[in-house]
Amino acid sequence: MARKFTNKVLTANRLIEGDVVYLGINGDWVLDHDRAQILKEEEFAIKQLALANKDSGFLVSPYLANAEIRDGVPTPIHFRDSFRANGPTNYNHGKKENHNV
Amino acid sequence: MYSYTEFDNNFNQNRVDQFRSQVTRRIDGSLTEDEFKPLRLMNGLYLQLHAYMLRVAIPYGTLNSQKMYQLAIIADKYDRGYGHFTTRQNIQYNWPKLKDVPDILQDLANVEMHAVQTSGNCIRNVTADHFAGASTDEIEDPRPTAELIRQWSTDHPEFSFLGRKFKIAITGSPNDRAVTKAHDIGLRMVRNNKNEPGYEVIIGGGLGRTPMIGKVLRSFLPRKDILPYLESVMQIYNMLGRRDNKYKARIKITVHEHGINKICDLVEERFIIQRSSFGGFDQKLLIKLEKAFAAPIYINEPIDSYNKSYQSDPLFRSFVDTNLSEHKNLNYSIVSISLKKHGQTPGDATSQQMRMMANLAKKYGHDELRISHEQNVILPHVHKSNLYKVFNELKSVELATANIGLISDIIACPGMDYCALATARSIPIAQQIAMRFNQLKLENDIGEIKIKISGCINACGHHHIGHIGILGLDRAGVENYQITLGGNSTQNTVIGKSLGPGFSYTEIIPAIEKIIYTYLDIRSSNDETFLETFNRVGLTPFKKIVYTPSEIINKSTATFANNNNESFASQEIK
Amino acid sequence: MNVIVTDNGFESDTWSNIFLTLDKLLLINPKSTNKFSLDVPNTTDPKELAPLFARISLIRIAFLNSTDGRGFTLASHLRLLGYKGRLRAQGHVLADQYTMARRCGYDEIEISIELADRQPEKQWLSRSDWKSNCYINQLKQLA
Ligand code: SF4
Repeated sequence: MARKFTNKVLTANRLIEGDVVYLGINGDWVLDHDRAQILKEEEFAIKQLALANKDSGFLVSPYLANAEIRDGVPTPIHFRDSFRANGPTNYNHGKKENHNV
Repeated sequence: MYSYTEFDNNFNQNRVDQFRSQVTRRIDGSLTEDEFKPLRLMNGLYLQLHAYMLRVAIPYGTLNSQKMYQLAIIADKYDRGYGHFTTRQNIQYNWPKLKDVPDILQDLANVEMHAVQTSGNCIRNVTADHFAGASTDEIEDPRPTAELIRQWSTDHPEFSFLGRKFKIAITGSPNDRAVTKAHDIGLRMVRNNKNEPGYEVIIGGGLGRTPMIGKVLRSFLPRKDILPYLESVMQIYNMLGRRDNKYKARIKITVHEHGINKICDLVEERFIIQRSSFGGFDQKLLIKLEKAFAAPIYINEPIDSYNKSYQSDPLFRSFVDTNLSEHKNLNYSIVSISLKKHGQTPGDATSQQMRMMANLAKKYGHDELRISHEQNVILPHVHKSNLYKVFNELKSVELATANIGLISDIIACPGMDYCALATARSIPIAQQIAMRFNQLKLENDIGEIKIKISGCINACGHHHIGHIGILGLDRAGVENYQITLGGNSTQNTVIGKSLGPGFSYTEIIPAIEKIIYTYLDIRSSNDETFLETFNRVGLTPFKKIVYTPSEIINKSTATFANNNNESFASQEIK
Repeated sequence: MNVIVTDNGFESDTWSNIFLTLDKLLLINPKSTNKFSLDVPNTTDPKELAPLFARISLIRIAFLNSTDGRGFTLASHLRLLGYKGRLRAQGHVLADQYTMARRCGYDEIEISIELADRQPEKQWLSRSDWKSNCYINQLKQLA
């Protein structure tokens, strides 16, 4: 049974640094979920995922995560993806320290 | 303490070199991620929620100042200046970069440490009683056997691709502080009726999705037979354990499905031939190891100053009363350093704190430190004349919190803040509980209680065996917390009973509060611990209060407050 | 044709004997003095093979998946029961597992051409020094 496709962002970790990254609007990889490209077409999303999987010299564990535009900004839907996008609760580390990148 | 032989050093160096080449091959593209992943996991390197995580082994939780110092240096050089001590006596770094990991492993190898077998379907880092060699109740120090098992299990050619991970714990004391009944194999050092040393072998315990309490496989195994016997158990498990379903692959399920008697017959049959494969070197080595772990040369000093400080400094007095345990030498104490300052992340230590603990071990602790599965650090041998100095120095780096065994001494796994497998957060729950009861100033009144929190069903936070266990789940996209009560991690291991439906992130702290108020309300005396009360009354009174809507409770809390004052008053009179 | 890996690296398979399954071998007249080659899955009970050791010159154990380590225990059990003939692991074995296989009593590994392409000889040779750095051999030696 085909489920209806909902908006996605493509995310992965950088191979060498481990940082969480998102496929950006210009096809580049960005650190900030705010600047992620919202993938609205299933076919396109799957194609991008396949490309990311091939790019194993730069990326690890790419996957498509549910997201939507809220107040004009790409926003994760599941809380797990929010933590990935915003960093841990207990320290200002990871995404919490490089928000200006 | 054990020091590496040339053999150990060569082995370790060889592993570092191998991993360096594997990382190079991964970065230059000659290894794919699928090929590289099992190799990095064999060296303790995970990919977590935000970044890589490196899990470094602290075999049987024992280390010296040099090693602790190096852990601090690594935290500063390659990470965010801290490390997280785990329930398996390991340390985890949450932010290492792949390109740095070979250098980290080299730094570890330089101080006889490694990250080998902290992951993967192999025999994991052996854990042991954190009071080993120091406590009054010990029959024998478990660490020589633990080191023997470390060597035997390291890179064991038959057991690097088991059906599932395999955990071994050992205790030398009848008061089990190593949770041996919740391990794949638990070993308890015992004596037979001729007073000969040996082991009680327990198998098939474990937490996770299907919690089970281990069963006795052999009530007395002579000391000399330990390795061939363990090898036989492993072989039976390797051949018989299920490989069709990851959730049924642990030995607890094998034991459950085949029955302990059948497993026992198979192991004994196997053991008869397996015994011949060991030629005696292992037992010679064990004797050497026993020498390596001999007790320190105790000092003899007057302890008047200690008694004086105890009388004059109330903070010190509370530290002594809460964080110290009896040492087998009357003039010594075992100091538990709490990594649970109210509001801090349980088990985390900054590099500055690690350095301080290393220094204290060196200056006042016969150069020994331990990591406990309760995520605290232990100075096992401190002479009483030095306790006040130790306390003051600990205080200077916020390590003198007097809460060992109390409600804020919580075990919490990393949960959704770091762990890729998590279904909910654990750290902020622990932080809030600790802060709340500290604010209420009820901690000492509540007394001994163990809260344990896991961020998913894998139960790294041992929630099943907490007096209060909290399990974080994902219910339709929101965090939900289930409570179990009455679990017990000692020699009388008990899996806690589920209280009922779970609670949201905002409801869980009030729910815990209600449970505690109920306990304070119904305990038979101030000496009855939470667990004793629970064992006397069961789930019902707790259920009733927790699931009653708050408006009604608010009234009864008011009554509780009154009652409480009254009962305080009546105690005063008594 | 599959590739045979030994301590000397890659070789082609020169073993010309036909491999029999255990069922087939049991059908052959026990008085026959011929030596046979046997194909077994990694779930075989070694005790069933023990009475036949004298009639077997090569046992080949299948590795369907490199993460399934049963073949290691099976090999070491056969050796402990006294099997002295050739022992071969066949299938999905990784170069990084070569040392383990040798330590458990295998003489050689048989891998497909595809696997040999992905894991070239160099990777296997780098693991051929299987006798050094081995805790278990050290522990099992005579006192
Ligand atoms: S219990 Fe779950 S969330 Fe917690 S550390 Fe273990 S796997 Fe991760």
